[in-house]
Amino acid sequence: MKNNPIMRVVARWNIPFMFVFAVYVQVHGEIGPGGGFQAGVIMAASFILYGMVFGAAEMRRVVPRRLTDILAAAGVLLYAGTGIYSMLMGYPFLDHVAIWPGNPGGAEPWGMVSVEWGVGITVFAVMMTVFNEITEGTDEAPLGTDTEMVPALHQNKTEIN
Amino acid sequence: MDFVHQHLPALVVALPLVTGLVTAMVGRRGAGWWIAMGSSAAVFALCAQLLANVAGGGSQSVTYLLGNWPIPYGIGLVVDPLNAAVLATVALIGCVVTLYARRSMAQEVPEDRSHFFWALWQFCQVGLLGITITGDAFNFYVLLEISSLSTYTLIAMGKGRDRRALTAAINYLVIGSIGACFYLLGVAYLYMVTGSLNMADIHARLQDIFATWGTDAPVYRKTVIAGFAFIMVGLSLKLALFPLHLWLPNAYTYAPAAVTALLASTATKVGAYGFIRVIYTVVGPDFAWRYLHSDYILMICAMMAILGGSLMAIRQVNVKKLLAYSSIGQIGYIALGIASDNVYGLQAAIIHIFNHALTKGAMFMAVGCVLYRVGGVRLEHLRGLGRKMPLTMAAFTIGGLGLIGVPMTAGFVSKWYLVGGTLERGWMGAAGVVLVGSVLALVYTWRCIESIYFGKREEGAPEVREAPLSMLVPTLLLAVASLYFGMDSRLTSDISAQAAHFLLGVRP
Repeated sequence: MKNNPIMRVVARWNIPFMFVFAVYVQVHGEIGPGGGFQAGVIMAASFILYGMVFGAAEMRRVVPRRLTDILAAAGVLLYAGTGIYSMLMGYPFLDHVAIWPGNPGGAEPWGMVSVEWGVGITVFAVMMTVFNEITEGTDEAPLGTDTEMVPALHQNKTEIN
Repeated sequence: MDFVHQHLPALVVALPLVTGLVTAMVGRRGAGWWIAMGSSAAVFALCAQLLANVAGGGSQSVTYLLGNWPIPYGIGLVVDPLNAAVLATVALIGCVVTLYARRSMAQEVPEDRSHFFWALWQFCQVGLLGITITGDAFNFYVLLEISSLSTYTLIAMGKGRDRRALTAAINYLVIGSIGACFYLLGVAYLYMVTGSLNMADIHARLQDIFATWGTDAPVYRKTVIAGFAFIMVGLSLKLALFPLHLWLPNAYTYAPAAVTALLASTATKVGAYGFIRVIYTVVGPDFAWRYLHSDYILMICAMMAILGGSLMAIRQVNVKKLLAYSSIGQIGYIALGIASDNVYGLQAAIIHIFNHALTKGAMFMAVGCVLYRVGGVRLEHLRGLGRKMPLTMAAFTIGGLGLIGVPMTAGFVSKWYLVGGTLERGWMGAAGVVLVGSVLALVYTWRCIESIYFGKREEGAPEVREAPLSMLVPTLLLAVASLYFGMDSRLTSDISAQAAHFLLGVRP
């Protein structure tokens, strides 16, 4: 798809908006529809679109596998860390009141924000890992039918016949 | 220390979770093992403390509220005499096997995957410990999935030695997912009729429903029965109870040696714990045993497991597979103890969870040592190893004697209680099957012992040495522990008696 101008232009225009939408879904998680899981998937989808159009190798140059490995663990660590913080402050595990003692109504959303960011980061990293695992070794030929590839495939077939 | 005491139940699960995540991030080049080792040692200390608290403080349970949400709205971690004992078993085995696993993993898992291996190793323990400590039926499912998913991956990591590990892992993945689904369906049915997911709360609300069954207008009768059946079948798949055991032999045979030792001594034991928990504290024995009479079904499955598992074990030439089939038989003993529904039987089940973990852990670790030095674990590889690897083989032999139930080994204590429990129930046939099972265990253990001490190593076979110290010490540790608990069973019988009295609601 690298050589398809329509795909290239549409992807280039759309990806920034997908980013913004992902962050919008993320920061709305604690009070409205949305949340970390959906935001992580949307964010990963924008990178995967980039990878499908410009090639998985190009995407891995932008987001290396080492980074997604670390992010996958870091997200859950942020979630668990929120709980550990409550414990250190003398409250039960994951009791968000610890974040703002004396104002439970104010503390609860902040605890959820932290937890949702953890979920979002991990879901993003895991979706990227799934894409990376699927496309491993296909760096030379991007996903989908390349217009230039089709005649070549056809030629091979006739040769075998 | 105050902090630790206040948060003991949460730390048991949160600590290995956090260290596991840290391992995934920085656990390259051998650091993973150090983190896993430190974490599992700390968790064992925490679990031992929990057990000491419970054993010292009568038989009442302690509840820890996650996020400070009151029961039944939030998730509560509950520690009572039953699960404190299982927690200590899982943590002890986790600690010892982690010590053992360093050398054997370095040989079996590629270096660039080692940080994932150690992370999954800890997640598996997070799941198992979490299943044991949680007081919430849905949380139980989530942690079941955490332990199962990491287990599938750990089994698949045996592909470096034998590519059949991949099919074994996929097989277990399919069956394990079906089992987890059945469990979840069952919980959904119970949730439908009770509106609660907290185990103690479900139990309390079910009593009102049961009360209507004697009258003309019974409510939710079929729903509760269907839910209970789904939960039992789902847990039986995880436990590998006889007709549902088919995933186990290959998974144990082709997994890396240390993973097999960990799974054989903890995963199925936690499944057995789930059985006890659901029957005795969620639906209650009055419903499961005296209304549905499912104790007879469980007894028949257990008897088939003892006979079938042992007979299949006799036919094996791969020692790992032989031990795997023997595990199926030993699970039958635990199930039989659960089904006998009296103090002796339950004590037998709880003691055997611990004793079999020691025995089978030691044997699988000894087999892992052979795999490390000789490179194969078929019976012909064991020939003449009695002279070459005397200490490893001594551990293996002690384990084998434990499986038979020779006096002075841990296996004898559990069989003593089990025969007592079945006789008290009036199940003469089941008591007979237990004794026949011992004879069958003698046959398959003898096949190994014959090769080890009376076989001769082939001429020109490569020279083998005793296993490295870091693998030998944990193996011997479990073997000696199984001897110790065979001779001095005060600790195990006291704790199991406390748990059995707690479950049956009777005063000692």
